[in-house]
Amino acid sequence: MTQNKIKTAERPGWGLIFSCWLIAMAALFGSLFLSEVMGLQPCVLCWWQRIFIYPLAVLFLVGMFPQGAKEDRSVVRYTLPLAVIGWGFAVYHALVYSGVIPQALQPCSEELSCADINLQLMGFVTIPMLSIFAYSAIIILLLIYRKRSFQ
Amino acid sequence: MKKNIIVAATGIFFVLLFIVAAILYNNQQDNALSSASLENNEHVQRDHSVIMGPLDAKVTIVEFFDPACGTCSAFYPLVKKLMKDNPGKVNLVLRYLPLHQNSDVIVSILDAARLQDRFAQTLARAYQTRNAWIEHHVASPEKFWAQLSGLGLDMQQLNEDMQGPEIARRIKLDILDAQQLNVSKTPGFFVNGKPLVQFGYQQLQDLVESEIAAHY
Repeated sequence: MTQNKIKTAERPGWGLIFSCWLIAMAALFGSLFLSEVMGLQPCVLCWWQRIFIYPLAVLFLVGMFPQGAKEDRSVVRYTLPLAVIGWGFAVYHALVYSGVIPQALQPCSEELSCADINLQLMGFVTIPMLSIFAYSAIIILLLIYRKRSFQ
Repeated sequence: MKKNIIVAATGIFFVLLFIVAAILYNNQQDNALSSASLENNEHVQRDHSVIMGPLDAKVTIVEFFDPACGTCSAFYPLVKKLMKDNPGKVNLVLRYLPLHQNSDVIVSILDAARLQDRFAQTLARAYQTRNAWIEHHVASPEKFWAQLSGLGLDMQQLNEDMQGPEIARRIKLDILDAQQLNVSKTPGFFVNGKPLVQFGYQQLQDLVESEIAAHY
């Protein structure tokens, strides 16, 4: 028991990485549900956001189980850049959605516009909003982790 | 609890949740499809549609199709086989649901060919030569036009007819009916007004056979 306690004390951030993994997994399965089960075709911007969240689900998993006894603190190094880039696409998509960025500037093909609102949960939650939420939460958790590991 | 157990359990939980949610969602959709077709029975069949096979058959397959759709092309001989295996008992009503870009033009060519009694031949040609006139899921009416030689079509007449208001009206009505019936993919099948909820050839065959058993 004592040994276990010491171990946990050594690893202040495991729960944070685990939470990040939960969010990435929820995003992965949630997006697959929308496209594969509900049949909503992902637009180009959705694909860009998927590109950066799917590997996170794998990377956090690997990061939770380091090779040695010591925690893999470099997990922030290789996951935060993906999360930040993905967050950028999510914000851009939300701006296209809300009409702040005009149609002509957005890179989507005509038949599948990224500005079309396909789904609104509870009347106001849109898919890009969920994406921004997921990416933001991951970024915040990773920043907390980084701060802790420097202390 | 050990971390690897927590993580493994969570992973399994996600997979199971996904599967259960998918099953629940599909069931709900199936019910919606069934009730939509029961409430909108008049939308399933229209007088203007193409009928193939014996007119007095008691089992009617209605197929919403898109000539640019690969699965429609693959299903066409199978549907023909269903009719051949049950001679005199099954006929086929073809309705237009052009979902691909420019596919509506191809459909209007088909409907114009029908005025010259060349619908079946033109449709067969369309399916045979799909690769020649579809690029990146966009149909090219010009390239399709080039495939039409040897069918005995009066091309000038065809060109005139395909732009007529009656053909446009039929296509529009078919698309509206498909929307009413929740048919969003092609091919969309109905057998005697009953929708094929689980897509597949075996399922279609079962549905047709149960209708044959009920009516003969």
